[in-house]
Amino acid sequence: MSLRSPLGRVLGLGSAKGGSTHWFHQRVSAVALLLLGLWFVGSLLALDGAGYDAVIGWLRSPLSSTLAALLVGVLAWHATLGLQVVIEDYVGDKGRRIALLVLVKFLYAVAAVAGVLAVLRIGFGAIG
Amino acid sequence: MALAARERPLSPFLHYRWMFTNTLSILHRISGLALAAAIFLLVYWLMAAAAGPEHYDRALGVLASWPMQGLLFLATLAFSYHLLNGIRHLFFDAGRGFDLPVARASARAVSIGSVVLTILGWWLLKRSLGGGA
Repeated sequence: MSLRSPLGRVLGLGSAKGGSTHWFHQRVSAVALLLLGLWFVGSLLALDGAGYDAVIGWLRSPLSSTLAALLVGVLAWHATLGLQVVIEDYVGDKGRRIALLVLVKFLYAVAAVAGVLAVLRIGFGAIG
Repeated sequence: MALAARERPLSPFLHYRWMFTNTLSILHRISGLALAAAIFLLVYWLMAAAAGPEHYDRALGVLASWPMQGLLFLATLAFSYHLLNGIRHLFFDAGRGFDLPVARASARAVSIGSVVLTILGWWLLKRSLGGGA
């Protein structure tokens, strides 16, 4: 017999915990990516070739660095939220589900940090 | 008595008819998965640029190879589709466009639009980037 009250056992479980936060963040990051994605594609279209000098010249400007760093960060955020839903929907086994969720979070944390650091190194001119 | 003969409700997946709009919905997930994978290509490209000209040229060579060009074309397709259908979903979230004729019309627009956007975008990107990526 458990000494915990029935209320104590269920508090914090279930979708009421943070479901709407996840949903809302997915939409906010979607709107951000709509703008950042259009900027990114527009910038690629304006580039004069994919050569080193052209790309560095573009990414070196403060505005480009800012938006590129945001793009990588928000992409990783949006991808993590989206992959979480897919994993929760299709992976039935609880242990495997949690392991996959943690793996995804780690992978995209690495991608975000690596991408932002690369953009910062280009922005600060610390290349080579 | 005839408990088994009673009309009992079924789980949704047992009685929904598969329709055009369902395909769009699952394609949104599939294109999202593809784009989530493509993030690593973007980060690889940025890291190569930050590592200096030699690294960057080598990465550009990798990205220009045939298998990579195929992946990048699929990423362009996924981007176009996820972008347009994402806008469609944002309208749904605002409570608009749920009437069946409207939902079907927007589904058609997204399907045709994403193909057009992919071909146009790929051609324009090839032109501006000079076949590099």
